[in-house]
Amino acid sequence: MRVALFLTCVNDTLYPNTGRAVVKLLSRLGVEVDFPMAQTCCGQAHYNTGYRHEAEPLALKFSDVFREYDAIVTPSGSCGAMVRELYPRMGERARAEGRGEAVATALAPVVPKTYELTEFLVDVVGVTDVGAYYPRRVTYHPTCHGLRSLGLGDRPARLLRAVEGLELVELPGAEECCGFGGTFALKNPDVSAAMGVDKVRNAESTGAETLCAADNSCLMHIAGTMARLHVGMRPVHIAEILASTKGDPLV
Amino acid sequence: MSGTFVGMPSFPEAAHAAVGNKTLRGNLRHATHTIRAKRAKAVAEVSDWAQLREAGRQIKDHTLRHLDRYLVQLEDAVTAAGGTVHWAADADEANRIVTGLVKATGESEVVKVKSMATQEIGLNEALEAEGIRAYETDLAELIVQLGKDRPSHILVPAIHRNRGEIRDIFRSEMGEWGRPAPDGLTDTPAELAEAARLHLREKFLRAKVGISGANFMVAETGTLVVVESEGNGRMCLTLPETLISVVGIEKIVPTWRDLEVFLQTLPRSSTAERMNPYTSMWTGTTDAGTADGPRAFHLVLLDNGRTDTLADQVGRQALRCIRCSACLNVCPVYERAGGHAYGSVYPGPIGAILSPQLRGTESEIDASLPYASSLCGACYEVCPVAIDIPEVLVHLRERVVEGGTVTRAGNKVVLKPAKGHAAERAAMRAARWVFGHPGALRSGQRLASRSRRFLPRTLPGPGRAWSASRDLPAVPAEPFRDWWQRTHGGQEAR
Repeated sequence: MRVALFLTCVNDTLYPNTGRAVVKLLSRLGVEVDFPMAQTCCGQAHYNTGYRHEAEPLALKFSDVFREYDAIVTPSGSCGAMVRELYPRMGERARAEGRGEAVATALAPVVPKTYELTEFLVDVVGVTDVGAYYPRRVTYHPTCHGLRSLGLGDRPARLLRAVEGLELVELPGAEECCGFGGTFALKNPDVSAAMGVDKVRNAESTGAETLCAADNSCLMHIAGTMARLHVGMRPVHIAEILASTKGDPLV
Repeated sequence: MSGTFVGMPSFPEAAHAAVGNKTLRGNLRHATHTIRAKRAKAVAEVSDWAQLREAGRQIKDHTLRHLDRYLVQLEDAVTAAGGTVHWAADADEANRIVTGLVKATGESEVVKVKSMATQEIGLNEALEAEGIRAYETDLAELIVQLGKDRPSHILVPAIHRNRGEIRDIFRSEMGEWGRPAPDGLTDTPAELAEAARLHLREKFLRAKVGISGANFMVAETGTLVVVESEGNGRMCLTLPETLISVVGIEKIVPTWRDLEVFLQTLPRSSTAERMNPYTSMWTGTTDAGTADGPRAFHLVLLDNGRTDTLADQVGRQALRCIRCSACLNVCPVYERAGGHAYGSVYPGPIGAILSPQLRGTESEIDASLPYASSLCGACYEVCPVAIDIPEVLVHLRERVVEGGTVTRAGNKVVLKPAKGHAAERAAMRAARWVFGHPGALRSGQRLASRSRRFLPRTLPGPGRAWSASRDLPAVPAEPFRDWWQRTHGGQEAR
């Protein structure tokens, strides 16, 4: 099975440790993963801000880069949802604009084989105990696109519960959006920040040391809010927890 | 605060004040979280909820696809039952028709059933201009009217008010409109309800003309349906001699059997009730002496942008809406910005896709509404007719930034891109170019990594929107792709 890592532009640029953690984790589980160097961005920010026609070439490029792989794994719920939910919609819209099947046909191959990381682990690799060690009290924030667009369900929680030493505590209001929302964070900064503060206060109330999520874009907003509020919790991507072992712990 | 939404600032600007208003935030948080939890429980009780939701979606889509046929069928049935049907292309026409009908009765006051359509067209203001007083009889609408306020929620228009504020409004305003509030009125729900009951009763008994909207119109029999919790609507529908109903054309269902679906999904989605308390249904007029009901009945069918909305392949799903408010109650943006920020009688997620379609995207507020969402999808999840609100929001964002062909008053019109997006458009194009060239992306990443110690912690210009409330992430010493190439020897791409 040829597996490609679609890291996402945000992770590549700002969160390389998440990428390294995915590589380490998958290697440990016997999955050899490739990082196609031609990859850049799925086009989500363009699409969701109303620039579908700018997003289209990025989607077509994504398909070019990844179509030959058997599975495409991404440590981002929202970028995974972009491919799985919105690429087919881009095809439909192009068709409605009288541009025929070209876009739909070009994007179709990558749609069913794109997996968010926790989905790939549970559904494709078939593991919930990945042999990780992380002796901390952790609370998990299910990010919206992972939760509602991809339907990740309890997969992340099952993976976390199997981590040795990890105590998973429930986050109050877990299913409420953190307020990031891509360009929403810039276009509606007051509401976005208010949502972020409420999310952080809820996380703080759990007494957990770590706030875990499966999307670094949301974590960037939450972490930035935590820092501003001087909340001493640590925001960590789930890949980094799952990659952590006794011999090679996340520090 | 004026009774209309004309000249509203953009959503972010209006939301800025609301976010900082602690009382408002507290009122909204308490109310939305309470109803949110109740709805979830009421919906979870129904084992075939998903099928009911799908049935509701299909009934609405079918009806909208054949709206021309069903409207004519409805008109014939209403006429046969003794009613008169009027067609109103827009708000002005509807207001002219209703005002004329009231004047023809010689009356100078009317009692109103809670109605979104009459709010949408500004009927009360139009009647006032002709010397006719319209009394809102729904408790929450009464609070809004007495407080010279604007509604901020579809179902609970005074959701932004707490009990203490309501007591103060009753004490100071009731006397100007009729029977004053009882002496020593406290803020207990029972006392407030009793004060409203006494105040409204004299109006019910005096009124000769009632004005309503409708939740549903059944095409096969010409029956109108109003669903309410207080019984005040029932009073207005049965006591006055003349009843005028203003209803949006999308409120039609083909048969009585279709009501079975919506009378299950609407109460659970809106008030979290298993069954609706007062469901009034009437068909045409009632003969004097035989039963309670109007001797004269007029139905004003309102378009006001609905046919134009129907012409849009993606946006038309907004017309499925049954005004339950579940999307408002679950929306994290609504909860913090409040209903007034949406600049329309339709606030919340549904308002953000309805207003820019019914009114167009040209005004500042309407162009900003499609962006009043983090696209979290909670609204779509709870919608009992499966309106994919995030999909329509993104579609309308596209209309704002790209312009394009839309239908206005039945004609195809080409819209220009909205103003104020030039810098954003340039940035999006530049980003697209960089992402089209991995080599350029890599150069940018390396530049950021090398200069990372000199990068500011806060941003100037538009970036301040981020850094005013959040720290920026630290730029790593090396982007992932450099690490990968160093350790795995990947081929550099251009």
